[in-house]
Amino acid sequence: MNQFENELKNGKFVCSECPKCNKLVWPPYDFCNTCFGNVIWRQVSRSGKLIEFSKKDDTLFCIAEFENSIRIMGELEIGLMRPMLGEELELVRCDYDGKEKFFFQLKQNSSKM
Amino acid sequence: MRRVAIGGFGLTKFNKQDVSIESLMLSSIKALFDNSPNLTQKDVSVVLTSTNDNNKYLANIVSEIAGISPKISHSVESLCSSGANSVISAFSYVASGLAEVAVVVGAEKFDNPGLVLEWDKSRGQYKHPVYWSSMFTRSHMRKYGTTMEDLATVSAKNHKNAVANPFAYFDREYSVDEIMHSKNITQDVRVLDCSFPCNGSAAVLLASEDIIKKFTDCPVWITGVGQKTISAGFTKNEDLTTMKSIKHAANDAYTMSKKEPADIDVAEVHDAFSICEIMEVEDLGFAQKGRGNQFVKNLYETQDRKINPRGGLIGSGHPLGATGIAQIVEIAQQIQSKAGKRQINGARVGLVQNMSAAATSSTVLIFES
Repeated sequence: MNQFENELKNGKFVCSECPKCNKLVWPPYDFCNTCFGNVIWRQVSRSGKLIEFSKKDDTLFCIAEFENSIRIMGELEIGLMRPMLGEELELVRCDYDGKEKFFFQLKQNSSKM
Repeated sequence: MRRVAIGGFGLTKFNKQDVSIESLMLSSIKALFDNSPNLTQKDVSVVLTSTNDNNKYLANIVSEIAGISPKISHSVESLCSSGANSVISAFSYVASGLAEVAVVVGAEKFDNPGLVLEWDKSRGQYKHPVYWSSMFTRSHMRKYGTTMEDLATVSAKNHKNAVANPFAYFDREYSVDEIMHSKNITQDVRVLDCSFPCNGSAAVLLASEDIIKKFTDCPVWITGVGQKTISAGFTKNEDLTTMKSIKHAANDAYTMSKKEPADIDVAEVHDAFSICEIMEVEDLGFAQKGRGNQFVKNLYETQDRKINPRGGLIGSGHPLGATGIAQIVEIAQQIQSKAGKRQINGARVGLVQNMSAAATSSTVLIFES
């Protein structure tokens, strides 16, 4: 497993960042995809926004965007809320079991917990 | 750069029989030789194989079992667009003068490993293609009012067209109502909105302008090619209502061939899911943005086969490595007026659009009589 997968398994969402270009390198790898310089690894903010969503059976899935840069798909918990595009959400859980897994919750829901 | 044309083709019926990948390839090469009486193994200087199969050294294996000793032989893999990309590779060899005659054969087994791009971290636990399709569908519905009935119309049209294609996996029509009531996989994608993995094989012969007349009196010239990779990961598609790679590839192909969308008489487009065809006819310039649904509905209601006359991926089945080549075979048949019941009257200019992994890359070719 690489660093990204290791951290994900521990519930941490990290990404590579190029200190020279001052940008997140996504998908995460060992060198910057602009300057090929070395990257550092840091946690990504767990606050993001909803880009698009749909539903399979009773479970919603979506694309969420973090730090205005990284877009990932995952499961979306909405409780009794009606999701709206652009709405704030939170990454509440992530995991890796051979496959990356992301779980999001609308911000208004998570603040009630 | 020399002119290059399609001079022959071979197809086998798409099915789900248990057969090896090299046997599948050999079957369409045999059909190609059967259809090309003046072609001998000694004429062939390039053999390219298009597949996502994990077997190694396939181009060389296939060359040996077909009795060919080419100068150049290798595989081309780029998921669903392996077929069109392998034809462009062969085109380049012949156009540059490195080779005179190339055989390109694509094949896939129904249980191929190329269906899901496991690498794509950005898809999280939603790696199956049905999920990116749902995102495109939902977004297009939201912005342009595309409906579930519009999607069903794409599938109904392509299944109807496939009935006239003797090589298609499906051999029956589905009504819009049947498709509307087929099982939902997600909220936005039903079973009958999907293309199906199956066995399939297709082969084409490419030759330079210096030798093409040996093989056919009706060469189908490749006059435009365009390829574009935006990314490999799905979520780099920033605007989910547009397939950006198609626009880039189409623009290059139109420019090279000095053609415009209005010049295209017939096209095979990559309808991996119903929404794809609606977005593709827009991004290829056949329909105004947001009007792809109406464009396809009109084709269906007027029984116009202009788009996906062989039934597309939805009607014909989708053996990944063979799909792009089967699309090219259809357009070649149309331009040669050999498409039988599927024939578009007077088709002189045709287009093929093949793509991979949620349109993260696309390939467009333009053909002329």
